[in-house]
Amino acid sequence: MISVSELLSVLRPLHLCIGKTGHITQVGRGFDKLGQRDLTGRRFLEMFEILRPSQPRNMAETLDLAGQVLRLRLRSEPDILLRGLVIADQQGGAIVDLSFGIAVVDAVQRFGLTAKDFAASDLAVELLFLQEAKSSAMSASFSLNARLNGARLAAEAEALTDGLTGLHNRRALDGALSQLSKTRTDFAVLHIDLDKFKQVNDTLGHAVGDALLKQAASVMRRCTRQDDLLVRAGGDEFVIICPGLVDELRLSELSQTLIKGLSAPITVDATEVAIGASVGVATSTPSTQHDAAHIIERADIALYAAKRSGRGRHVIWTPALGTRLNDLDIPHVSSR
Amino acid sequence: MHGLIFRTIEAYVTEGFGADRWQAGLARADVDVLTFEAMFDYDDAYLPKVLEGCAAVLDRSVSSLLEDVGTYLITQQNHASVRRLMRFGGDSFVELLHALDDLPGRTRLAVSGLNLPQMTVREHTPLSFVIYCDGPPIGFGHVLVGLLRAMADDYGALALVDHRGFRDGAEVIEASVIDTSFAADRGFSLATSGTGEGT
Repeated sequence: MISVSELLSVLRPLHLCIGKTGHITQVGRGFDKLGQRDLTGRRFLEMFEILRPSQPRNMAETLDLAGQVLRLRLRSEPDILLRGLVIADQQGGAIVDLSFGIAVVDAVQRFGLTAKDFAASDLAVELLFLQEAKSSAMSASFSLNARLNGARLAAEAEALTDGLTGLHNRRALDGALSQLSKTRTDFAVLHIDLDKFKQVNDTLGHAVGDALLKQAASVMRRCTRQDDLLVRAGGDEFVIICPGLVDELRLSELSQTLIKGLSAPITVDATEVAIGASVGVATSTPSTQHDAAHIIERADIALYAAKRSGRGRHVIWTPALGTRLNDLDIPHVSSR
Repeated sequence: MHGLIFRTIEAYVTEGFGADRWQAGLARADVDVLTFEAMFDYDDAYLPKVLEGCAAVLDRSVSSLLEDVGTYLITQQNHASVRRLMRFGGDSFVELLHALDDLPGRTRLAVSGLNLPQMTVREHTPLSFVIYCDGPPIGFGHVLVGLLRAMADDYGALALVDHRGFRDGAEVIEASVIDTSFAADRGFSLATSGTGEGT
């Protein structure tokens, strides 16, 4: 029959036998790799620190821990936590069997362990395999998620953008208005309509019409601030939202600059084309309580008033204009 | 079918022959995909279509294409993880052959949903092995041939590995190990940042 010490040496690379004086009498081959070549003859508790379930100070207290799972570490390698079991050898000494537990990943890095440093039946190598496989799969997943997220952001941006002019669309307008309303930010709405656009589009063709719209977008970009939201609301209608700008004088100046820029003739396919623009302006006031629908409607009314008073003008909404589009002289307006 | 399989074929064709060849192969395969994602599930029916499309464009047989894919998986630096995961199978090429029974299980552990054929290994006479690959994806035997040839090189072993067709519905591969230390072993450390591994 194989002796106990031989059996331990073959099966358990990280075992220790401790004599009744508390000195180590036999060590497994695995300790060589941990930089512990001369453990034999040293006092167990001088070389190892037992952390849990209690901190024994002598051999008797160590033997009291028999049968319990220990958490301990080599005093020379405090970062690598070991698990262990103490068994009384029934001659006053003890056998301690150790393993790395989950610290095996760090231990392999730290000590350059190989498959031969583990018991053949030990699952440590499988654990390392899994850890490595998991990391590879996780990084593939992360890269997929990053790509999908990029695609999602691009799709979201596309869904909020007018394809022809690159300005925002109505959907973006609704989002921005609800944001302004939530944050109770004062703002102005400029409703812009291009004069004579329909006529040019019908007589000179869509290509010229598209060029005019692109040109109009670039004029608006040039005249506005970074924070202003430029929206192509449909056809030749544009809306500009100016957060934080409710000063009527400045809004008048902005409207005039826009009308001047939009009225400048441009050359498309060697043909000089000139259109114009009318602007209706409304601002959030304490009475509107940032209610976007109200303010948009007032800007609408102001725009129709501007059109009615002749092209190339701007009107800022005042209570005198009323709050309903129907209050205005519609037949006059529709003659644009 | 797991996207990693398609992604591997895409990477092999794109890196080896160029993106235009891959696009031509896909066009011939007539599948509704422009690029495959690794962590995604695709219709099983795509695999033969993609393989035949690429083989036609590259003017070679599907089996030789698959063998090259196997070799590519082990030898390309950006797929070092496959080589490492194979090296976990054993300390020597012979041990690796004996561990092939475990390969489908290990692969599933690594990437659940990545299913390989069941493998059975027999060492009929010492250092002479027969490996049976039973089940889909059909043609994996050819990938395994390329993979084992590259792994033999990696261990520094001299071995002959060949696909012998089908027997009872299973792909049959023969591997004869002629010299277990024919050249230097490229080395393997359990630690991921370990030194001593050749490039």
